[in-house]
Amino acid sequence: MEKYRIDPSKGLEFGIYTLGDHLPNPLTGERISAEQRIHEIIEFAKLADQAGIDFFSVGESHQEYFATQAHSVVLSAIAQATENIKIASSSTIISTSDPVRVYEDFATLDLISRGRAEIIAGRASRIGLFDLLGYDVHDYEELFEEKFNLLRKINEEEVVNWSGEFRAPLKDARVLPRPKNGSIPIWRAVGGTPTSAIKAGYAGVPMFLAHLGGPATTFKRSIDAYREAAKLNGFNPTELPVATAGFFYAAETTQQAQRETYPFINEGMKLTNGRGFPKQFFAQGADKRDIMNIGSPQQIIEKILYQYELFGHQRYIAQMDFGGVTFDNLKKNIEIIGTEILPAIRKYTANN
Amino acid sequence: MKIVGLSGSNIGSKTRTAMNYVIKTITENYPDTEITLIDLAEHNVQFSDGRNYLEYEGDTKYVAQTMMDADAIIIGTPIFQASIPAALKNIFDLLPEKAFLDKVVSLIVTAGSSRHYLIAEQQLKPILAYMKAQIVQSYVFIEEKDFYRKEITNDDVLFRINRLVEDTIVLADTFAEIRDKKEAEYGF
Repeated sequence: MEKYRIDPSKGLEFGIYTLGDHLPNPLTGERISAEQRIHEIIEFAKLADQAGIDFFSVGESHQEYFATQAHSVVLSAIAQATENIKIASSSTIISTSDPVRVYEDFATLDLISRGRAEIIAGRASRIGLFDLLGYDVHDYEELFEEKFNLLRKINEEEVVNWSGEFRAPLKDARVLPRPKNGSIPIWRAVGGTPTSAIKAGYAGVPMFLAHLGGPATTFKRSIDAYREAAKLNGFNPTELPVATAGFFYAAETTQQAQRETYPFINEGMKLTNGRGFPKQFFAQGADKRDIMNIGSPQQIIEKILYQYELFGHQRYIAQMDFGGVTFDNLKKNIEIIGTEILPAIRKYTANN
Repeated sequence: MKIVGLSGSNIGSKTRTAMNYVIKTITENYPDTEITLIDLAEHNVQFSDGRNYLEYEGDTKYVAQTMMDADAIIIGTPIFQASIPAALKNIFDLLPEKAFLDKVVSLIVTAGSSRHYLIAEQQLKPILAYMKAQIVQSYVFIEEKDFYRKEITNDDVLFRINRLVEDTIVLADTFAEIRDKKEAEYGF
């Protein structure tokens, strides 16, 4: 775990992630400018840092209703504005980028942040960026696998010799600068099914597992499949960190939390995904066994501890800003996390 | 209420003839509904390649979006080679897995032979159920002999279509009412 900068004795890490969506507030119909949204994301990270939250990450999406296409640039502003919080991408679409340039960016980010940068690499849930960036969507799988492997090779080796199908070969290439401590944690982003969890396990890379909703036990299958695949391929699963990431929202009561967040998630999904979030499914989210961490602080603490017991994961990453949530409500959430949720989680999961 | 009539083949006239009658019936009897006819013969729809439907363009995007925006869908389909036409299956493939959640879907089937009667039951309904449609259980099955020069000549068929239209609209209204009532209880 040390290689991935995780200290298990400190207990479950708590993080925040934003997709960098830029959506209108469904209650007012108004959308803030991209300029304001980016500044609010930077401020959001700053407040998270001050509240003692462990991790903050920003996503890359090249479609309408998003503002952080240049996520590494936003992250570098965050690096400058924060002191202790780990910073990462969630995720970097490595398929449509040059791994050399991505590594240069994130190694630099690691130096700016004095050793706090990580990469979470993903395959994109949309295909518009393939046209935009000049790639063929028919190579969807192979582009990711080849470039992800190259990215990891650059991380492991100072002098790289490599050749592949989608990029010019590298001969005795030195990719500079090097990160503060020689390498940075690189995670594989996994959604939904165990199939891609198995790929992460097979390669022995840390897994970032995103989820929308449903029973936590369903996601346990992906985590089990991941660890099993790692073991079968000669890796020690106890040395491989797992992070889970999904909807979070805290308010005084569970019903208030649901009321304050449902329209944002529902309307946001309609615009970005073409379908809303069924109310019945969302209502079930209040059950302790459901993975959505939306509710009263006490209920969220119980859920996170239940998930921790079930998954034995190292990091939970909360998404709470989707769909045009107001900055005031984000501030309230950070305060609740800092004063109520973090102390409880650390008390129960850290070795004291 | 938004109703879409989908004529699910890019060749032939019987299904379109039946769908014309559906549109006429709805327009005359249910002035409060918004009815759109999509005849696949009039649209250039590409094959599904798995992308999110929002990312298609032109006719493909139009057809997918119109289906997604509907409250109720009346699908008309011929039977080809003992199955539904590829053009119709492609529409399902363009849409998300649970595309028909909270939608009522009903069926009108035209065929050259009575031997095809169970095709819709065995091949079309399972697709609709998988995609979470509220299916109107009875469908209208129309044979070659019920048509003469692009008109339906069998009054029984016209009566059955009238009943199907009524059932579709009544069920769509009823399910919406039940849903609204249930959702009001959630309190968010």
